[in-house]
Amino acid sequence: MRVSEGNPVGILSLQGDFEKHRQALAEINSPSKEVRTVEDLTPCSALIIPGGESTTMRKLMAAEELDSAVKKFAESRPIMGTCAGMILLSSKVEDSTVEPLKLIDMTVRRNAYGRQIHSFIDTGRVPMWEDNSKLEMVFIRAPQVVSYGPAVIPLATLGEEVVMVRSGKILVLAFHPELAADRRVHRFFVEEFIEERKGIPVAL
Amino acid sequence: MTKEEAWKVKVGLAEMLKGGVIMDVTTAEQAKVAEEAGACAVMALERVPADIRKEGGVARMADPKIIEEIQAAVTIPVMAKCRIGHFAEAQVLEALEVDYIDESEVLTPADEKNHIEKHQFKVPFVCGARNLGEALRRIGEGAALIRTKGEAGSGNIVEAVRHIRDVIGAIKRLTTLGDEELMAETKNLGAPYELVREVAKTGKLPVPNFAAGGVATPADAALVMQLGAEAVFVGSGIFKSEDPAKRAKAIVVATTHFKDPKKVAEACKGLGEPMKGLDIKLIPENQLLQIR
Repeated sequence: MRVSEGNPVGILSLQGDFEKHRQALAEINSPSKEVRTVEDLTPCSALIIPGGESTTMRKLMAAEELDSAVKKFAESRPIMGTCAGMILLSSKVEDSTVEPLKLIDMTVRRNAYGRQIHSFIDTGRVPMWEDNSKLEMVFIRAPQVVSYGPAVIPLATLGEEVVMVRSGKILVLAFHPELAADRRVHRFFVEEFIEERKGIPVAL
Repeated sequence: MTKEEAWKVKVGLAEMLKGGVIMDVTTAEQAKVAEEAGACAVMALERVPADIRKEGGVARMADPKIIEEIQAAVTIPVMAKCRIGHFAEAQVLEALEVDYIDESEVLTPADEKNHIEKHQFKVPFVCGARNLGEALRRIGEGAALIRTKGEAGSGNIVEAVRHIRDVIGAIKRLTTLGDEELMAETKNLGAPYELVREVAKTGKLPVPNFAAGGVATPADAALVMQLGAEAVFVGSGIFKSEDPAKRAKAIVVATTHFKDPKKVAEACKGLGEPMKGLDIKLIPENQLLQIR
């Protein structure tokens, strides 16, 4: 599907840094819209679940019946989740504080690096980007990928850790590409997940 | 991390709190009620502003034991308040690994001239401001998040409205000035020149801008969000009301759906009594918290 004014990229805007994702998409000329209700979601070509508090977002999703709507949406359209978005899309959250949507076969750990004082920026690697595989990654009270199923493809690492994976039309990241200046992650999502220009990328 | 990266990480957490409600709590039980209601963070303190106002005396940083109990009770970020200028309290809060420190006028100031030099801390700070000059001075000292002061513990939204309108109005005005007018305006504002130039160019504060001080109802939250606040702090408004759990949840819903009056109306229904509240004009000037 082409991203257009009529079929924009929806950004779940119940709580969190949804505005930063909209700015990132604007920088690559992709129309976007804020999604707070099921009606908002209907015309969207894809959905981004931003960073923020996963517990807060989960409750507000349930109140709007957006949890079941997003599951249905995922049957035909791509979804990207960053940080809290990764937690919400996962199949299992270690401490059971959040009931995830189970859209990607993986287990995550919330606040895996500790409290805010342990938040950090570092340079990770995205091997499929052969020309320049280095990527600035911003981790804010970030979750960790604990394990994932056989259908899940790892796409980026920080040291030994896998920090970005995909499975089918779902793309999740433990970090915040929307807070860095590099727009390759958003471009990757739009071009290869929504507009399917190149097909499935190569794994690590 | 470089200085720029450390700053980005501090502002980054504030970005994550946008569209949310940060609730004052004094016990672990209250923190759980707040989290269950959908708070995006809690603020740990010894007494809510309404009680500080009523009981008087020196208001200080909360007991570290209470802060740790609150940290253990919830998984959302935990903020805590220190007194203006009391960098030793801030050091204690940093040692406890609170997620944000509020250098707050709600507590009794420890230094009547100087605020804390906040760049030297790893933990980010939020500070209150009544106008653009004050906001930019705090940012200059290292605050990574600005909130209106409002009049804490009053249950009256009028001062928060005044402050958010002042800040946003002054930003709009700055964007209309020519480069040659910025130095004179810098003098009027009493703010760092570089920050004044940045705001004139971008038309917004360099850090997120939240509302605080006097929010007592879901409609109050919807009001400040529509005026341009990016998230809402609620102090006494929740736990001084008749049904805190219900009211907390309603304020969360109204903050998210602030553009949708039908949803705000739904949220406002049957919440029981709000906190009583005070007419600002009847508070003696020397008892106003915002002038600190």
